[in-house]
Amino acid sequence: MPAGLTAPAPVRFNAGYGGLGMPALETFLQAIVNGLVLGSFYALIALGYTMIFGVIKLLNFAHGDVYMVGAFVGFGALSLVSGVVGAGWTGLFIAILISMVAVGFLGVIIQRVAYQPMLSAPRLSILITALAVSLVLQNGALSLTHGKYTAFRTDLGFGGFEFGRLFISHQAMVLVATAAVLMIALEFFVSRTMYGRAMRAVSIDKDMCRLMGINVNRVVAITFLIGSALAAAAGTMAGAYYGSIWYFMGFLIGLKAFTAAVIGGIGSITGAMLGGLILGMLESFGTQIPWIGSEWKDVFTFAILILVLVFKPTGLLGKSEVERM
Amino acid sequence: MIDRLYAYFDSPRRQTILLIAIVVLMALAPLVMGRYMTTIMTNALLYVVLALGLNVVVGYAGLLDLGYAAFFAVGAYSIGILTVQFDWNFWLAIPPALVAACIAGVIIGGPTLRLRSDYLAIVTLGFGEIVRFGARNLEITGRATGLSNIPEPNFFGYVISSYVDFYYIFLLLAIVAVIASHRLYHSRLGRAWLYVRHDEDAAEAMGINRVRVKLAAYVTGSVFGAFGGIFFAANLGAISPESFSFEQSVLVLMAVILGGMGKIPGVILGAFIIILGPELLRNLGELRLLLFAVVMLLIMLLRPSGIWPERRH
Repeated sequence: MPAGLTAPAPVRFNAGYGGLGMPALETFLQAIVNGLVLGSFYALIALGYTMIFGVIKLLNFAHGDVYMVGAFVGFGALSLVSGVVGAGWTGLFIAILISMVAVGFLGVIIQRVAYQPMLSAPRLSILITALAVSLVLQNGALSLTHGKYTAFRTDLGFGGFEFGRLFISHQAMVLVATAAVLMIALEFFVSRTMYGRAMRAVSIDKDMCRLMGINVNRVVAITFLIGSALAAAAGTMAGAYYGSIWYFMGFLIGLKAFTAAVIGGIGSITGAMLGGLILGMLESFGTQIPWIGSEWKDVFTFAILILVLVFKPTGLLGKSEVERM
Repeated sequence: MIDRLYAYFDSPRRQTILLIAIVVLMALAPLVMGRYMTTIMTNALLYVVLALGLNVVVGYAGLLDLGYAAFFAVGAYSIGILTVQFDWNFWLAIPPALVAACIAGVIIGGPTLRLRSDYLAIVTLGFGEIVRFGARNLEITGRATGLSNIPEPNFFGYVISSYVDFYYIFLLLAIVAVIASHRLYHSRLGRAWLYVRHDEDAAEAMGINRVRVKLAAYVTGSVFGAFGGIFFAANLGAISPESFSFEQSVLVLMAVILGGMGKIPGVILGAFIIILGPELLRNLGELRLLLFAVVMLLIMLLRPSGIWPERRH
């Protein structure tokens, strides 16, 4: 379809304080900061991939597009509340919350409508259904926005801390902190609460869980709710941080977040966080290496993905698993 | 009711008659079709070739490939590089292009054979994107602008240039692709693919070389894709990296899935739906893509094995 034939978004991942002429130590620290920001986005999205994969063994191709929808819902919510509380930090946080709730339920709807009936179908069919869901979300956003970039305006200011020539914006700090809080909350949910325990049980043996009286459908729905909400948070934050959103923004970052989930070991929640950070750092440092440069950044990521999948498919923290015999 | 119709056409003789009738109709069609319609039909025929090629990988061997556009790109770029950068003759450039596609098939297929199905999908997707990014960043492929002025093929003095010429070229390619698919399906290799798809371990226990059989599927698929790419480049005279995006792979895959994996008439039907569907909905503007995606989702949910599914089990 002509939808994707336009040039991809000028993603400002390496927002460029680490140019030439900087002392090595500061370049190094700046790369770490950039890597942390990038890694937080990857980690938040990777968590959704890994959790959904954990409970229903589905590679949710539509997850990147859920992130995109999250950005648009966050944008809409911010426009609504900015009249009352302004488009500063308060407004942004309210927008993030609204987006998380709305898109969380969108995730549940997607699961109920598209994936639930396909659970017993061959694996290929459900994968292709996920692709179709991804196309529906993308083309839905395309027809609403006419394929144009939407400016995501905020009043967050451009302040930050300067240490010599090292610059860390307030935005980057708040963003990384928010991501960290969300991840800690998730870790607490999964390890300490009843539904978290149920979720871990379902990812081990669904049928046995059913016998033990666990409401598997509800656990799966909650997993989609949380996974999609995290992607929505990432989408809204990315929109605010980079300043523009469009319907195709979920594709590449979705793939990269999947790479992050695979690096960490798919199915492992700590692994997804770790994988996100590692990938963010690799990209941030990779673009500093002269012969890679930003043109080859994406090739570099895919090469990592392929190498990890081929040589260590279980990732860093994943458990080995034998496919059906 | 529709299933009874399919059952009627499932007999090989009726199918042959149907196919011959379609081919005759298609051969006469440019007499009545305008330029616009002929161009669209040419595109649909290109998709028939691509979809039949992907069908070998996905439908016959059961390997999900999300980077099929890479093979298509290798064919198109090989021709483009050899004819534009090195001034080769178009026909002489075809064998190296096919060899390049085979090599690409082995490179992509080789390391992925031990992977589980969804990882395989992602790795092929990654390869597809690497090929596209490579084309966008390399000097020899003309970077983001691509290659232009690919010469029109000269067939013993006759220059193949008009849109009708290319319509017949693609019709011929599609016919060859159908015959090749049919022969492959009923060959020893075709049965080996079927076996591997249904039960890899049992197939291996029966002495089928799993790795060789899967590689053969990739290489066959890549040859189909390369043929499509070669004449795609010749037809347009210019290629750019964005013609070989992930969407392209998805479209071809959708054609295979919609029509019915493994079933030749189904796949042909799927290719036509994929190309003609959005054209029929053209006056809906941007909504047509959304509508198209929704229809695709509905077909997946209501008829998960495609519109005209395969029956050999």
